[in-house]
Amino acid sequence: MIEVKSLSKRFGSKLAVDDVSFKVGRGEVLGFLGPNGAGKSTTMRMVTGFLPPSAGSVTIDGIDVIAQPIAAKKRIGYLPESAPLYADMSVSSFLAFIAELRGMSGRENAAAVDRALDICFLDPVRNQSIDTLSKGYRHRTCLAQSILHDPDVLILDEPTDGLDPNQKQEVRNLIRRMGEEKAIIFSTHILEEVEAACTRAIIIDQGKVVADGSPAELKAKSKLAGVITVRINGLAGSGIRAALAALAGVSEVKESATGELSFYGQVVPRKADTGLSEAIFNLCKDKNLVLEELRVEEGRLDDVFREITIADTKLAKSA
Amino acid sequence: MRNIWIVFKRELKEQFNSMLAYVFIVIFVLLSMALTFWFRNFFDPNAQDASLEFTYFMWPAWLLMFLAPAVGMRLWSEEYRTGTIELLLTMPVAAWHAIVGKFFAGLAVIGVAIACSFPIVITVAYLGDPDNGTIWGGYIATFCYAAACLAITCAVSAFTRSVVACLIVSVTLCFMLLLIAVPPVQDYFTDVFGGGVSEAISSFSMFSHYNEMKRGVVSFPNLVFYVSLVSFCLFLTSVGIRAKRS
Ligand SMILES: Nc1ncnc2c1ncn2[C@@H]1O[C@H](COP(=O)(O)OP(=O)(O)OP(=O)(O)O)[C@@H](O)[C@H]1O
Ligand SMILES: [Mg+2]
Repeated sequence: MIEVKSLSKRFGSKLAVDDVSFKVGRGEVLGFLGPNGAGKSTTMRMVTGFLPPSAGSVTIDGIDVIAQPIAAKKRIGYLPESAPLYADMSVSSFLAFIAELRGMSGRENAAAVDRALDICFLDPVRNQSIDTLSKGYRHRTCLAQSILHDPDVLILDEPTDGLDPNQKQEVRNLIRRMGEEKAIIFSTHILEEVEAACTRAIIIDQGKVVADGSPAELKAKSKLAGVITVRINGLAGSGIRAALAALAGVSEVKESATGELSFYGQVVPRKADTGLSEAIFNLCKDKNLVLEELRVEEGRLDDVFREITIADTKLAKSA
Repeated sequence: MRNIWIVFKRELKEQFNSMLAYVFIVIFVLLSMALTFWFRNFFDPNAQDASLEFTYFMWPAWLLMFLAPAVGMRLWSEEYRTGTIELLLTMPVAAWHAIVGKFFAGLAVIGVAIACSFPIVITVAYLGDPDNGTIWGGYIATFCYAAACLAITCAVSAFTRSVVACLIVSVTLCFMLLLIAVPPVQDYFTDVFGGGVSEAISSFSMFSHYNEMKRGVVSFPNLVFYVSLVSFCLFLTSVGIRAKRS
């Protein structure tokens, strides 16, 4: 539904977005990650037709955003990063105004506003003036604005920014639920959100896509992925350590805490998925050791994020 | 058309909600009346000018030079400052719909203010035997002049996110355009460049058209002048909005 082809944006001499391409289909939720200033918001602004790209193209449902802006914009719901609002209006009259611009009038308009108020839990403040709202409510009002016309494509720039933990959870659920029949792109700095709501994630750094894949695929890139954490009781610590190191396929054993009769630490395999966890289990069974904890790490997104983006930053500095 | 109307309505509501419109109307009406009564001996029987040409209708041009920019300064600057431009321009609405809607909302506020000066007309009608043609000419001239000042402000506001900068620049522009048609300045131009050039320069001023129209001569060239000035300024506005985005 959303197709971005070698999109670039230049601000003066600075290349903010550099040859970014991706596709998002119906039923997909794409998470946009990247350090501050990576070009996430700039990319989204080009996708929504707010900023004209310096090069490249964006099509929504086959409609070119630059050639047919009005037709494309009809299909998009957009939550800008700063959640801008007309401060002098009340929540419901603001939403009614947006719904009108979206081509809804009369009863249809009122129904759309009610639905959006309901979805975003805004009913208690529907008649309150926007400039007296708290930050979280303001953000939710702007989110409500983006889903008024039930668009096929949703572009949300940091949709959970400024929300309380309950609301963050609600918005994640909302994104996941809507994602089943829409194409959604959202950016965030909260990595758990990506795991909770995305079917796919892209990491952008300095305007370039540096990683693209499902959250599980990205996590597997982490150094930690496949490492086995174990806690074993029953034999003097050093004895257990030696036994673990002797197992086939082990590259390293790291001990985090030593006790008289226990071992707690991590076993790093040479390759992931070599059945090492089973070998550890059997070892304990044979030697009558108490296996208190055995866990294969999935890898952590924040490690991957750090590895990818810091490596790039260092490269750029030395270059 | 529908979109223009929607934008117009919201903008007008904002002008009245923020009290700005009321402040503007009250100041305009009070000042124009005060100036009329103080400086032109409105009730002086010797003045014998029941047409209001030189009394009431002399002041609006000078007042509107400040007040029209005050109404128009927020039109686009405020959208940039609060970021709502990002909402407005990602709606399925052509930019020129928004531009025209906003412009007319500002014009409506000024229109109400001009209409509120009606008590003067009633007073004149009551006191003497006014020349209705001149009064209507005066009103139309004032309105057109206001539209021109507002359109200039609108164009300036599309180039800056600072409301204050917009106000200062627009007032300066309106003032300069008024000045080039004021007799002493005209004489200066005539001395330096000759009569033809001087006339050409002042024909670019709203003020000379205003002076012609308020005499009751609402001619086609005058209207063409205003329509093209306003259209040009609104076009500049769209250029400004596009430039701001890239
Ligand atoms: N209008 C502009 N003029 C000049 N430079 C700009 C403009 N907008 C963005 N930039 C630059 O483009 C780069 C990318 O900015 P962008 O807002 O897309 O980052 P981001 O990934 O959204 O960051 P954040 O996580 O902080 O929101 C930044 O270096 C920024 O300074
Ligand atoms: Mg951003």
